[in-house]
Amino acid sequence: MFSDTLTNLFQLTLSGLAVGSIYAVVALGFVILYKATDIFNFAQGELMTLGAFIGYFFIVQLHIPIFWAFLLTFVTTALIGLVIEELFFRPMVGEPIFSVIMVTVGLSIFLKGFIGFSWGSMIKKFPSFVSEEPIHFSGLVVSPGHLVTIIAAGILILIFAIFFKFSSMGIGMRAVANDQDASMLVGISVRKIFGLSWIISGIVAAIGGILLSNITYLHPSLSSVGIKVFPAVVLGGLDSIAGAIVGGLIIGVVENIAGGYLGGDVKEITSFVILIAILMIKPYGLFGKEEIERV
Amino acid sequence: MRSGDYNTTYKEEISIFQTSFVKCCVGIFIVALVGFVLVADNYFVYIVNLCLIATIGALGLNILTGLTGQISIGHAAFLAIGAYASAILVKYGFPFFLALPLSGLIATVCGFVVGIPSLKLKGLYLAITTFAFGFIVEHVANMWVSLTNGANGMMVLPASIFGICFDTDHTFFFLVFPITVLAVIYARNLVRSKLGRAWIAIRDRDLAAETMGIDLCRYKLSAFALSSFYAGIAGALYAHYMQFIGPTHFELYLSVQYLAMIIIGGLGSILGSIFGAVFMTILPELLKYLPDLFRESYPVIVQRFADINLMLYGTIIMFFVIIEPKGLYGIWNNTKVYWRMWPYTH
Repeated sequence: MFSDTLTNLFQLTLSGLAVGSIYAVVALGFVILYKATDIFNFAQGELMTLGAFIGYFFIVQLHIPIFWAFLLTFVTTALIGLVIEELFFRPMVGEPIFSVIMVTVGLSIFLKGFIGFSWGSMIKKFPSFVSEEPIHFSGLVVSPGHLVTIIAAGILILIFAIFFKFSSMGIGMRAVANDQDASMLVGISVRKIFGLSWIISGIVAAIGGILLSNITYLHPSLSSVGIKVFPAVVLGGLDSIAGAIVGGLIIGVVENIAGGYLGGDVKEITSFVILIAILMIKPYGLFGKEEIERV
Repeated sequence: MRSGDYNTTYKEEISIFQTSFVKCCVGIFIVALVGFVLVADNYFVYIVNLCLIATIGALGLNILTGLTGQISIGHAAFLAIGAYASAILVKYGFPFFLALPLSGLIATVCGFVVGIPSLKLKGLYLAITTFAFGFIVEHVANMWVSLTNGANGMMVLPASIFGICFDTDHTFFFLVFPITVLAVIYARNLVRSKLGRAWIAIRDRDLAAETMGIDLCRYKLSAFALSSFYAGIAGALYAHYMQFIGPTHFELYLSVQYLAMIIIGGLGSILGSIFGAVFMTILPELLKYLPDLFRESYPVIVQRFADINLMLYGTIIMFFVIIEPKGLYGIWNNTKVYWRMWPYTH
């Protein structure tokens, strides 16, 4: 139907979209947290990996049926998010940005050690919950894993769009993101919102981790894939949910195409080169709000 | 300052050694260290050397992050650049005493390049830029096989100046120790100069500093340049000491280790950099004895010992940031003040 080069490009774009939609999901958790609490979480990649390993723990090690296992995973990661907030970030409210960043860096190192300690460094296969028979579609090959990833990411994003638009909690979170003092004045519990953001961030990270390990493998180094969300969120703008999604998709596709044409080595650094370029040209990203500082 | 001491001129107040007592202490410490190295066995001298190299790198990072307030999560990149530059220069026949400063200068140039976005970006965004830079350098070291021998790493010739070869632990000490002393004195002098005061002003509030007439562009870039010069020198010394370098030596983990050094030691303090460097170098060595305790009862712990190390590092970093933000330097000061008045402390 298409010429070979065009088919190749479409193929690369398609698998790029699958990876990109995972970036988008992880970036979503990241942006929600940043928007509400102003915390730039360097541990998001580790949180994602931890989520995937907890899913693995429930499904493979405890033999719990897949639906309940996922539910348990989400509950566990939500609790982990809450504990992290209570233990490490509650004392940091009002501290300089450097200290907060360093706590997240410390947290990421800690979680990396914890994951390695609990599950070892052998490569594991995440139990596949979709068939592995590839689907052929007018010359293109799509694996069901990728398709499920794209669909799941789409649904998740839709849920969050509705949550932020219509639920009172979602509106409260947007209010806190906008102005903490003002939202306190109108009776929103900023404390609760902070906790809630960490809970959502934890759950979303787990979803991202499960989707990612489903199409790749399960290993502590998965968190280095999570790091790719930095370029995605910066491209989209740190405080924009739409930006996280668009940024994630763009980074996934561009990276995959660059990898396809220029080789796997280049693929690894493409997103970081894009990141630096964007920071130089348009530091607040595509949809980010520009900060204006007053003396 | 201890009670009874007072300054009558500004010159006294900004002097390097506040009292002759402090001067004596430093003198005794230096003599004791050299004496220790002369009698100690290889392993202890090896640790001393690593501490000294780490001190140089930590001083550099403290200038940038502690004094000027520009967060860098990619310090390992500058160490890598210095290490590879010096290793490659010496490999192609450059004498070491030229290659060492040259590698520092090459790192400085890279520091300038990374510093340029800092003029536009602040805090968070700068942290991300340096983070990305660290990744890019690590991958370039992996990919540029013709120059760096890629992931296999490259052998490095030992340092030698005018025919004296610094290839043992003991001889290397006499190369790295004077360099470290120079680095400490230079940094100490910078802090009390115009440059240092400008940096501190930028750290405290850059807009206010700018309105007072401090040229942000110049001072931020100078902090970046100097910090990467220090890192480059530290990297080059490390390369010639280990006589082998590979991309895995300069991962993100190393950057975090250096950040941990300056946080644990004390941000913006020269003495703190030394404390932090020594602490973070000795800690892993001490931890090596830990598995022996558990070898019989918990064999799993021995296998996954590296991961326990990571968990411990993470915890230490978080502990110091949350509980003791002034670091070891703050603890040191508090203890000093406590004992000075003892037993009449209020």
